[in-house]
Amino acid sequence: MDIIEIKNLNLFYTNFHAIKDVNMKIKANKITALIGPSGCGKSTLLRTLNRINDTIEGVRIEGDVIVNGKNIYDPDADVDRIRRNVGMVFQRPNPFPLSIYNNVAFGLQINRLVSRKDETDFIVKESLEDVQLWDDLKDKLKMSGLELSLEQQQRLCIARLIAVKPEIILLDEPCSSLDPMATAHIEELMQELKSKYTIVIVTHNMQQAARISDETGYMLLGKLIEFDATGKIFTNPSKQETDDYVSGRFG
Amino acid sequence: MLRKFRDSVIEKIIFICGILSIVFVVLIFGFLFKEGISFFKEYGIFEFLLGKYWYPTSDPAAYGVLSLIVGSVLVTLGATIIAVPLGIMTALYISEIAPKGIRDVLKSLVELMAAIPSVVIGFVGMVTLVPLVKALFNVPTGLTAFSGSIMLAFMAMPTIVSISEDAIRSVPWQYKEGAYALGATKWQTIRRIVLKAAMPGIIAAVMLGIGRVIGETMAVMMITGNAAHIPSSIFEPVRTLTATIAAEMGETVKGGLHYKALFGIGLVLFSITFIINFIADLFLNKNKKR
Ligand SMILES: Nc1ncnc2c1ncn2[C@@H]1O[C@H](COP(=O)(O)OP(=O)(O)OP(=O)(O)O)[C@@H](O)[C@H]1O
Ligand SMILES: [Mg+2]
Repeated sequence: MDIIEIKNLNLFYTNFHAIKDVNMKIKANKITALIGPSGCGKSTLLRTLNRINDTIEGVRIEGDVIVNGKNIYDPDADVDRIRRNVGMVFQRPNPFPLSIYNNVAFGLQINRLVSRKDETDFIVKESLEDVQLWDDLKDKLKMSGLELSLEQQQRLCIARLIAVKPEIILLDEPCSSLDPMATAHIEELMQELKSKYTIVIVTHNMQQAARISDETGYMLLGKLIEFDATGKIFTNPSKQETDDYVSGRFG
Repeated sequence: MLRKFRDSVIEKIIFICGILSIVFVVLIFGFLFKEGISFFKEYGIFEFLLGKYWYPTSDPAAYGVLSLIVGSVLVTLGATIIAVPLGIMTALYISEIAPKGIRDVLKSLVELMAAIPSVVIGFVGMVTLVPLVKALFNVPTGLTAFSGSIMLAFMAMPTIVSISEDAIRSVPWQYKEGAYALGATKWQTIRRIVLKAAMPGIIAAVMLGIGRVIGETMAVMMITGNAAHIPSSIFEPVRTLTATIAAEMGETVKGGLHYKALFGIGLVLFSITFIINFIADLFLNKNKKR
């Protein structure tokens, strides 16, 4: 089933045409990877999926992004709700300067998803368990999120997303500031999360895309050159540009 | 050879300048303490701090500084209550909400505000605010603690606005992005994340603003009525520590008890501002560490 459908999407940073006529269908409960050389528009494309680009001055977007049958760029779309449904993990872990507990509870509180303290407690526990932080941190919930290791911070950022129960999780190079061990752990975590969420990940690292994703899109200069099953993209791509990139002749 | 010589000369000059500023500070402290302490010995520190009457020219003279402390605290408190919410809101507006054009205009205005000499603020307050307060609240004179608070709030605003604005602007964009990505509205993001992250800087800004208000002399002297008594409401005249020193220093006999009493006041003022600056520093450093 396609949970996201991108139709004729164009994005401009003031006058710079960063996304050019992208069409793409993303399947539910799969991991979709976006690869391509630096500056080709991977992050920009990813960020159109939860309308977080709207917060940047001078951005203009044309085209449709249909999530669960609804165009999120409809003039009357509820942006805050869209962002809650389509969570995002950023390149650098960005826990809030709050306690671990409040980091996870933040989304629940602002969206008034729960009213009772024990419900919040329960969801905080559940979310931290899902990212395998609970056992290590259950006695330190009052500690600031900034005091954790980078890997733990990134896990915390994932935990605070899943607390609000999104359907889709976007990850923008989530491992680029982590060491190889931590990277392996986060990759494992993504495999586990895939049964409950649809995951779209941007990565610089082709091996990572090949290891974890089901489908892969290759981008170049704002265009989606090719989008297909990961196995096909890495072994037998249909386009010459893709072949050049995945075989290391370019990029 | 010559270059080396020139380098060492320049180095020495810079060193001397650095040392000089320390020497001056130490000298000022030394002087203040010497005269102040000798006054405490002669008059008694408790009589000084807790005495209600400041009659330096009566016979026998009374040097009770309590009413002046109350005057200073009252005016400062009033100014703080006005300036802090206004200043923080302005800072938030400038850094988070205002479109670029308005932001630049506002920032320059705030800088301009900081550049107005206090005597001008006092003068403008005297001819505009003082009659207004008199008419509005139907009090015998508009020269009141309340009028002083309003004018001083004006003087504290630029400090509070510009330092808070710095603190708010240096909140990493990633925090905000993280909040937006969880469905937070702009206001929720500001209130729960931005203000929280900027809080140490904002507290420092408030402290420095208060420091400026406590030390202010000219405007309060012109506006608060200079009556050395303990007021029963903010709509009565008061006199502050600073105004007392400024008004009376010229009339004292050097080395006399009155003269030394003014140094005693100086010491009190210095202790208050020192504590406030110390607290501000504490918070500013906390901010930097993160
Ligand atoms: N806020 C912005 N304003 C103007 N141009 C921007 C902005 N953000 C990105 N761009 C430009 O848009 C293009 C795509 O950027 P984007 O960050 O999406 O690339 P990317 O594929 O994620 O690159 P990287 O691998 O380096 O993260 C780049 O040329 C970049 O310079
Ligand atoms: Mg990127």
